[in-house]
Amino acid sequence: MAGITGKDALLTEYANRLETLDAPKGRSLTQDAVRRLVRNKAAVLSVFVVSFIILFAFIGPYLLPWTYDKIDWSNIRKGPDFDAGHFVGTDQNGRDMLARIMQGTQMSLIVAGVATLVSVIIGVIYGAVAGYFGGKVDAVMMRFVDIMYALPYILFVIILVVIFGRNPVLLFVGIGCLEWLTMARIVRGQTLSIKEREFVEAAKAGGAKPWTIIIRHIVPNLTGPVVIYATLTVPEIILTESFLSYLGLGVQEPQTSLGTLISFGSPVAETLPWMLIGPAVVLVSLLLCLTYIGDGLRDALDPKDR
Amino acid sequence: MKQVLQVEDMSVTFELHQSEVHAVREMNFSLAQGETLAVVGESGSGKSQAFLAIMGLLAKNGRAEGRAMMGDINLIGMEPKQLDKHRGKDIAMIFQDPMTSLNPTLKIKTQLSEVLVKHRGFEQSQAVKSATEMLERVGIPEPAKRANAYPHELSGGMRQRVMIAMALLCQPKILIADEPTTALDVTVQAQMLDLFKTLTEDFGTALVLITHDLGVVAGVADRMMVMYGGRAVEKGTTDDLFYDPRHPYTLGLLHSTPHIAKRAERLDPIQGLPPSLEHLPKGCSFNPRCAFAFDRCLVERPPLAPTGNGREKACHYEGPMAYGKVA
Amino acid sequence: MVGYVTRRVLSAIPIALIAVTACFFILRLAPGGPFDGERALPPTTLANLRAHYNLDLPLIQQYFIYVGRLLQGDFGPSMVYNDFTVAEMLWIGLPFTLMLGFSAFIIGTIVGLVAGALSAVNQNKWPDYMLVFLVMIGLVVPNFLMAAIMQLVFGVYLDWFPAGGWQAGSIPHLVLPITVLVLPHAGRTARLMRGSMIEVLGTNYVRTAKSKGLGQRLILARHAIKPALLPVVSYLGPGLSYLLTGSLVVEQVFALPGIGKYFISAALNRDYGLVLGTTILYMFIILAVNLLVDILYAWLDPKVRYS
Repeated sequence: MAGITGKDALLTEYANRLETLDAPKGRSLTQDAVRRLVRNKAAVLSVFVVSFIILFAFIGPYLLPWTYDKIDWSNIRKGPDFDAGHFVGTDQNGRDMLARIMQGTQMSLIVAGVATLVSVIIGVIYGAVAGYFGGKVDAVMMRFVDIMYALPYILFVIILVVIFGRNPVLLFVGIGCLEWLTMARIVRGQTLSIKEREFVEAAKAGGAKPWTIIIRHIVPNLTGPVVIYATLTVPEIILTESFLSYLGLGVQEPQTSLGTLISFGSPVAETLPWMLIGPAVVLVSLLLCLTYIGDGLRDALDPKDR
Repeated sequence: MKQVLQVEDMSVTFELHQSEVHAVREMNFSLAQGETLAVVGESGSGKSQAFLAIMGLLAKNGRAEGRAMMGDINLIGMEPKQLDKHRGKDIAMIFQDPMTSLNPTLKIKTQLSEVLVKHRGFEQSQAVKSATEMLERVGIPEPAKRANAYPHELSGGMRQRVMIAMALLCQPKILIADEPTTALDVTVQAQMLDLFKTLTEDFGTALVLITHDLGVVAGVADRMMVMYGGRAVEKGTTDDLFYDPRHPYTLGLLHSTPHIAKRAERLDPIQGLPPSLEHLPKGCSFNPRCAFAFDRCLVERPPLAPTGNGREKACHYEGPMAYGKVA
Repeated sequence: MVGYVTRRVLSAIPIALIAVTACFFILRLAPGGPFDGERALPPTTLANLRAHYNLDLPLIQQYFIYVGRLLQGDFGPSMVYNDFTVAEMLWIGLPFTLMLGFSAFIIGTIVGLVAGALSAVNQNKWPDYMLVFLVMIGLVVPNFLMAAIMQLVFGVYLDWFPAGGWQAGSIPHLVLPITVLVLPHAGRTARLMRGSMIEVLGTNYVRTAKSKGLGQRLILARHAIKPALLPVVSYLGPGLSYLLTGSLVVEQVFALPGIGKYFISAALNRDYGLVLGTTILYMFIILAVNLLVDILYAWLDPKVRYS
């Protein structure tokens, strides 16, 4: 299944290495990675920018005189006007663009959060089960993942949108349902190595049930790679969401998202440039920073690459 | 005896982010035609880097200085293009890990024949024929079939034989073997050493055997150079160094080698860890681990000096060294 | 090698079948149907329509009818565009979409490979920095935004190329859409190629090749390129899939006559036949490309071939 940012391709090798038990092991991996990440200036800067965008999206609306759906009849299609409180102008309906950008960013971030969570849950359980039971179970489960990889991803998302109608929450869940594949592979690889460790052997000898072992002993030890991979999933989902919204399949009016804003802004970019520039800048800087963080994490995991 | 390689004042430096590391310093030795020199030391002693430098294979941040004269050409600091006229032809190298040293995507015969095509100007078919003969020579059964195989179809010992065949194709004057047996099974190790001995004798090739395993050296090498912390600390014939070591480190090495130490009834490893090249101790680099160290060793680094009978050592201590006192 | 190819081809068949089945049932189990228009149809008309499209039969039976027809190349009727069969609709839009997608795919792959290899050989020199910068742009500017920017800058302000629309056989009309599709694909390919080339140049076997005195050109051409291509090749399948979906948007923005427009409206109108037909056809194309990629991979990596 083709990812949108190509992160799958970048991480496949890491997943392979985990599968062959070749990767550095255990907790020290995570600590090491964090230390290296902190040394990566671009990644640290990106963390600050992303934090700022999050504050901007969630706190920003309380500081503005206008809300995202409030129509200012005297200021329709106007450029930035500080006296009226429209700092980056208004749209064709007289709604404040800054408020709409904040709301759109918020929406994009929420989608990303929910969908990532869903993909993490599915991916971790699926991968841990496949890795823990191994053998035929593993072979069948991973064959299924391979098949899913081959399918045209966005078409499925579009079909999902059709199924779930325009309900945003279900849409997020749907995107999450399609994003877990690489996560499952990484988790499986890690599980294969963890299950050989002494504490798992001990639990087995003590008569613990497979589910107990998976939940109590294996999943907690997966934290590092899972957190890192989840970070890389976030920009992917933001892109998917904006792509769907751009096609008119995403969030519905009067709510908005960055993709929707750009899709309304681009046809009128010549006459009302502020309608495109604002959302475009936020989306691109968000994606840029998330990509830098992801890259930083990847390098931190796999320093050999540089 | 004709000298085929004369190394003078060679040093190797690596530039790290904020510092420089001297991996090899003030290295001097010569290699006579057909002789076998063993270079012995723990990992990090600079033994591999010294010879990678001679081959022009240092990592990008590495820099070599000094002279390594092969006849009247200096291999150090030579342009890669010039160096390529000699590498593989007059001087060849075999690496530690046969599993990764062959290209997994090319057939054995391709990897062998290209050397002959490049250096001897052979036609492809002729080169493949000679390559197959060489495979037979290094003891590979069914050489014609193996020549058509890919590396992953061969065992580790088989691959190392292929590496040896590849290195000897042009009958080089010098063969450098960097830990050639470390990655192999013990039974295969002995065969491999035999093979080295016979082939280098047949071709009159001088062999440099880089190893940390004195057991490997014993039956093969004519002379030995022991390295510690980037410098040579003792040089001499293998017999002299084995039966009458003059440097405490050489003595320590002997006592940490199982089948040599057996004579001494118990294994007696050297205490402590090899030094970090970034923070070498003051004075003699070996002093923190040396049982014979005295005040002078802590402040003054002993130079490598002749002790007669063609031997050299870098140690202030002149007294007797009894077994059991090394640690 | 022949055995390997046969095995791969055979193993692709169940995958295709599973995928068709999955698509069919997911779509049919979704609530709503193609005739839920704004104006309710009279019950008899509705019943007739449903009977006409076999929607009144049990789902399993519909499934077998569909698969049976599919094997004969019949994708069934479109339920919204009454006068067309799905095959006809696909025939109108698909050739253009494929032309667009594959042109971008080929150009992007070549550009990406060359750029990635050059940047690896010149690691940390200016061609490398330029490339890294371009790749970043390709990666973080979504294609719909890139399309809008291109349209505005090169179509409207500079007026170098038409900002949209299509005339048969007109290359200038294709420049901007293809550029938009090429950028991210080339960027990703280049990034992968750069990474794997750097890794390969640091391997023991390249060191061996150097020690044989082969010279840089021969080392690159014979020893480094093939293994360096491996990770890139495994990205090509997903890469194409990504390109084809990207063309949905690009066709929309540049008003091009591909399948994209129909697909999106078909999805919204629950035109089962058209959505299913398009998805299945895309899937077949992607499976076929994956198959080619696997074979290419096996050619590059002898280990795969024999296992």
